[in-house]
Amino acid sequence: MTNGEAYWKKNLKLMIGCLIVWFIVSFGFGILLVHPLNNIMLGGYPLGFWFAQQGSMYVFVILIFFYANTMTKYDREFDVEED
Amino acid sequence: MTLQATTYLVVGLTFAIYITIAILARAKSTSDFYVAGKGVHPVLNGMATGADWMSAASFISMAGLIAFMGYDACVYLMGWTGGYVVLAMMLAPYLRKFGKFTVPEFIGDRYYSHAARITAVVCLITCSITYVIGQMKGIGVAFSRFLEVEFSTGLFIGMGIVFVYAVLGGMKGITYTQIAQYCVLIFAYTVPAVFIGFQLTGNPVPQLALGSTLTDGSGVHLLAKLNTIIVDLGFAEYTAQKWSTLNVFLLTLSLMVGTAGLPHVLIRFFTVPKVRDARFSTGWALVFISLLYTTAPAVGAMARTNMMNTFQTGPVGSPTGNLLYADRPSWFTNWEKTGLLKWVDKNGDGRIQYYNDKNKAFDEKAASYGWKGNEMVKIDRDIMVLANPEIANLPFWVIALVAAGGIAAALSTAAGLLLAISSAISHDLLKSVFMKNINEKQELLASRIAMAFAVIVAGILGLHPPGFAAQVVALAFGLAASSIFPALMMGIFSKRINRTGAIAGMLTGIGSTLLYIFLYKGWFFIQGTAPLAEPQDWLLGINPQSFGAVGAVLNFVVAFLVSKATEPVPEHIQHLVEDIRIPKGAGTAVSH
Repeated sequence: MTNGEAYWKKNLKLMIGCLIVWFIVSFGFGILLVHPLNNIMLGGYPLGFWFAQQGSMYVFVILIFFYANTMTKYDREFDVEED
Repeated sequence: MTLQATTYLVVGLTFAIYITIAILARAKSTSDFYVAGKGVHPVLNGMATGADWMSAASFISMAGLIAFMGYDACVYLMGWTGGYVVLAMMLAPYLRKFGKFTVPEFIGDRYYSHAARITAVVCLITCSITYVIGQMKGIGVAFSRFLEVEFSTGLFIGMGIVFVYAVLGGMKGITYTQIAQYCVLIFAYTVPAVFIGFQLTGNPVPQLALGSTLTDGSGVHLLAKLNTIIVDLGFAEYTAQKWSTLNVFLLTLSLMVGTAGLPHVLIRFFTVPKVRDARFSTGWALVFISLLYTTAPAVGAMARTNMMNTFQTGPVGSPTGNLLYADRPSWFTNWEKTGLLKWVDKNGDGRIQYYNDKNKAFDEKAASYGWKGNEMVKIDRDIMVLANPEIANLPFWVIALVAAGGIAAALSTAAGLLLAISSAISHDLLKSVFMKNINEKQELLASRIAMAFAVIVAGILGLHPPGFAAQVVALAFGLAASSIFPALMMGIFSKRINRTGAIAGMLTGIGSTLLYIFLYKGWFFIQGTAPLAEPQDWLLGINPQSFGAVGAVLNFVVAFLVSKATEPVPEHIQHLVEDIRIPKGAGTAVSH
C-alpha cells in the first residue's frame, strides 16, 4: 500500500466514524427514536424534540471541527500537507 | 417617526453600508472577481458563506413554517445544517484540491466528456431556477409589506430590483459586503427573538427561552403552554410528530444531500487558499448559520404563542373570549393590505375565531361555542417572521430592522443564484462548448439575457408558487440532491464510475424527481396543471418535497450499473481521482 492509499484509508475511517455520529444524533435521536426520547424532559424540552430542533445542530458543528482538526494531523503525519 | 418612515430609514441605511463597502473593496478586487474567498481568513469566509446561504427561505419563511408545523419543521432545521457535515467531509476539500471554478467544470473533467458537462449545466439551471422561484415569493412578501402594497405589486417591484442588483454584479465576490450583510441579517433576526424570549420567559437567550418556564407566574414551560393553547383550539400538539416518519426521514436526507450539491454554496469552497481551509471554512460557515437556525425554533414557537393569544383573548368558548375585529392591532391591518392575511366573519359576531375546523373531533365543541368555521381564512406562513416583532409590540426600530434583514437575505441569494445561472449558460455552455469564438462583450450580453429571462420566469411562477418560500426552496434542494451531489461524490470516492454511468445517473435522478414534483405541483409549476392531487395520491406516501432522496438513490444505482456494463475509466482519470484525494500539490484555483 502506498503512502497515499494509507492516508486515504485513514481518512475514510475517520469520515465514516463522524458520519455515524451525524446519523445517530439527527436521524436516530431526532427522527427514528423521537417518541421514546420525548418521554424524557430536558428543562422544558422533550428530549427528542430538543435533538431535532437544537441538539443535532450543535453536534454537527462539533463534528466538522473535530474532523478538520484530525485531518490536519493526518496531513502532517503522512506528509501530504500543502506547503 | 412613523413605522413606515423608520423602515425606509433603516433599509436605506443598511444598503448605504453595503454599497460603501462594495465601492471601497471593489478597487482592490476587480482583478480576481471570481476568487471570492482568497486570502480571506476561514472565519470571515465562513461568515460570508453564511450570508450567501441564508436566503428568504431561511430568514423570512422558515420560522413561519416552524410556527405552524411544530416538531415536523425539524426537517428544515436539520436538513439545511446537516448538509454541511456532508460537504466538509465528502466534497469541499477535494473540490478545492481539483482547483477549478464551477461544478460543471469538475463534472466535465472527471467524466472526461462535454456531454457530462452539459448535463451538469442543465441540472444546475433546473435547480437554480426552482430556487429563485422560492426567493421571489419571499421578496414579494417583504416588498409588499415594506411598501404597503398588494403582494403581486410587491413582487413586480422586487423583480426589478433583483434584476438591477444582479446585473450590477449583485455585490457578489466581494466578501466584505457579505460579511456586513451577515451582521445585519443575524442582528435583525436575533434582536426580536431576544426581546420576545425575555418578555415571555425572562430568559434573553432564545435557545434557552424555548425550554424555559413562562413569567406569568404559572410555572408552566413555554412549549407545554403552547401545546395546551393549540390543542384547546383543535390543533395537534406542537411538539408532536404529524407527518409520517418516512417523510420526515426522506425530506431531511434530501435537504442535507441537496445542500452539499448546490452550486452557489460549493463555489465558495473551490477558491479558499488551502485544502485545510476548505474544511475549516465549512465548519465556520455552519457556526454562523447555526446561530440563526437554533434561534428559529424559538422565533417560531413564540410567534405562534403570541399570535394565538392575540386572537384568543379570553377562555376558549366564552362569547367574549375572542378578539373583536374592530379592535384588531395595527399589524393585522398592515398585513391585510398585502392580501396575505384574510378574515371572514362566518358567524356574524364581529369577533375573530381562529381554530382548526378540519378536525372532525373538534366540530361539536366549535358548534356549541357558536363558531361556524375558522375565520382566519388566510394566514400566509411567510409573513410570520416579519410580523412577529409587530405582534409582540416591539419598538419601531426592531420591526424596521427585520424588514431590512429580510430584504438583504432575499436579494443577496437571489442575485447569487441568477449569477450562477447566467454564468452556467454563458461560460459553461456557450464559451466552452457551443460558441468557442464568442468575445467577452457577447459573453456578457448572453449572460444578461439569460439573467433577465430567469428573473421573468421565476417572477411569474413566483406569483402562484407551488408552496411557501421554504417549501419551494426545498424542491430545489431535492433536484440538486438527485442530480449534482451523486455525480460529485462518485467522482471523488469511486474510480469505476465512467462518463456513460454518470450521465445516465444524473438524467435518471433529475428526471425522476422532476417528474414526481410536476405530477403533484403542476407541469413546470404552472398552477392547475397537476394530473395528481396531494397528498392522497402520493406514491407510498412520499411528499414531492422529499423525493430528492429517492432520486439520489436511483442516480447512484443507475450510474453504478451502467458503468459496470460499459467501458472502464481511462488510466489518466484514475490518476486524477487519486490526486484529488491528497492535499499535497494544490495550486491556486485556475479558470479552464
